[in-house]
Amino acid sequence: MKTNDVILQTTSKVVFFIIILFAIHLFFAGHYHPGGGFVGGLMTSGALVLLLLAFDIKTVAKGFPIDYKILIGIGLLFAIGTAAGALVFNVPFFTHVFGDVYLPIFGETSLHTAMLFDLGVYLVVIGVTMTIIQTIGESE
Amino acid sequence: MKQMINLLVLPLLIPLVTAALLIFLPKSIRVQRAVSVVSAIGTLAASIVLLLTVKDNGIQTVNVGSWDAPFGITLVSDTLSALLVTTSSLITLSVILYSFRSIGEARERFYYYPIVQFLLVGVNGAFTTGDIFNLFVFFEVMLMASYVLIVIGGTKIQLRESIKYILVNVISSALFVIAVAMLYSVVGSLNMADISQRIAQIGSLPILTVIAVLFLIVFGLKGAIFPLYFWLPGSYYAPPVPVLALFGSLLTKVGVYSILRSYSLFFYHDQAFTHELLGILAIITIIVGCIGAIAYWDVKKIIIYNIIIAVGVLTFGISVATEESYMGTVFYTIHDMIVKAALFLLIGVMIKITGTNDLRKMGGLMKKYPLLGWTFLVAAFALAGIPPLSGFVGKLLIVRGGLAEGAYVGSLIVLLSSLVVLYSVIKIFMNGFWKAPKDYPGEENQPVLSLWAPGALLVLASILYGVGAEVMYPIISQATDALVHPAIYIDAVLKE
Repeated sequence: MKTNDVILQTTSKVVFFIIILFAIHLFFAGHYHPGGGFVGGLMTSGALVLLLLAFDIKTVAKGFPIDYKILIGIGLLFAIGTAAGALVFNVPFFTHVFGDVYLPIFGETSLHTAMLFDLGVYLVVIGVTMTIIQTIGESE
Repeated sequence: MKQMINLLVLPLLIPLVTAALLIFLPKSIRVQRAVSVVSAIGTLAASIVLLLTVKDNGIQTVNVGSWDAPFGITLVSDTLSALLVTTSSLITLSVILYSFRSIGEARERFYYYPIVQFLLVGVNGAFTTGDIFNLFVFFEVMLMASYVLIVIGGTKIQLRESIKYILVNVISSALFVIAVAMLYSVVGSLNMADISQRIAQIGSLPILTVIAVLFLIVFGLKGAIFPLYFWLPGSYYAPPVPVLALFGSLLTKVGVYSILRSYSLFFYHDQAFTHELLGILAIITIIVGCIGAIAYWDVKKIIIYNIIIAVGVLTFGISVATEESYMGTVFYTIHDMIVKAALFLLIGVMIKITGTNDLRKMGGLMKKYPLLGWTFLVAAFALAGIPPLSGFVGKLLIVRGGLAEGAYVGSLIVLLSSLVVLYSVIKIFMNGFWKAPKDYPGEENQPVLSLWAPGALLVLASILYGVGAEVMYPIISQATDALVHPAIYIDAVLKE
């Protein structure tokens, strides 16, 4: 008899978005509250793992056609780029800049280049976690 | 042009960016090779410029993120670390060139070149950092890369030895964290210059001696001193020759450098205990290495045990702790890194030609490969320390320093160990290159010349280093100054 996962799959689809939103919240909260790139990235991969549990590797790979190893490379470049940007201005390596910027919808927002570094961490964490899980899952 | 303040970051940044870029193109081997070589040359050039800058303008520091020392991480490049960074960049360049024709496509497709770059990031970072926890992080970068390099390819022996290697290093890393935690709880700082200053203020508390010994255990496990060397002969035997050359010349030296740095900068207050202990362990390390180097008929094993001998000689130089012996240690470290890498690459060519590691099955290579033979002989003489070559000056200074301090037994053993070293490498030469020529199946297909060239490049560097000792002398003596007088280092970092 073929098992039917309809309840698991339907709830996963809904819960997936809640987890993703929470992960993004954690990622952006990092500067002033607990959170940041690492836990945000882990939470995002957690959401993807939930989909992997509810569906199978091929379906998820079809939904998210991402090569996670490439994601690691992109994340690393983001992090290194943020740090190495200092070289252009001849200030010490890793010097960050920040400022309050007026954005149309958000209003007065403080932006900090540390966020770009965090984005790098976020991408690397997702890339590494998903690479590990997919590689182990696919190997016979 | 305004002086570039981030110069000392470049030997870390170039390989790091390269490694990240190479992740994107694992399948196109040609691009991987080309980018690797270009970046290795770039790293070498940057480190040479750095060395010249440090030589002319004194110790270079950069406070990462513009946070002043001791609150941020400070990267410090004194002459010693600039020398070591230059040497490791040179060695990595040769090993990458050697890998083209030897490592095999399967490994090259599987992120071999990016991992080599990550290893270089870890090694150069460990030599450059001025923060004890950052040193730990760079150790881990280096070790993670070495875990991959030891297992990449996935043969049975590699799998078995990588488990041992990882187990030993995970334990030693945990001990490292514990040691840093203890040091932090006593002095309350992680910046190495600041730690040194605070230790000098509180004087010689017994707990600091305990921490010193704990650090010795940690760095001794990385650098393979007796009785913590047990993992090395097996683990280094497993990976292919270019990886072995990287490990043998760089990894243990990072451990030795850390001992040198911590014992000259922090723990010089209770020398009667700590340096005495280091001296005894160094002597036993030399003896153990000598026994191994004589015992084996396997070319890889012989050179692997020579690593242990060299680590013993270097730690003996550190334990004597005079200006002369420090100078000898610095001289010998750089010589040993270059010449070990050269020897590994050259025996790699012998193994490729003959298809065996066993010396008793080799013979008569001189007839067909005279160039290889003479290069090997020069490298062998340099390793043993025969005068105009590079091993001589370092060992001479170490022995003289030892005799001046009354460490007669140690100095004598260092001298006798040279005989053993000479015997062990000449055994390779006599059995491998002399005797009746044999035919080896498949030897015509081996790219002997292109494998020989990187090894020869290193031998050439070693000859120049030995003959040009006069030129190197002021640079090395500048490197020693900061070791003998920690105040130079502290002032450069804390800018007081």
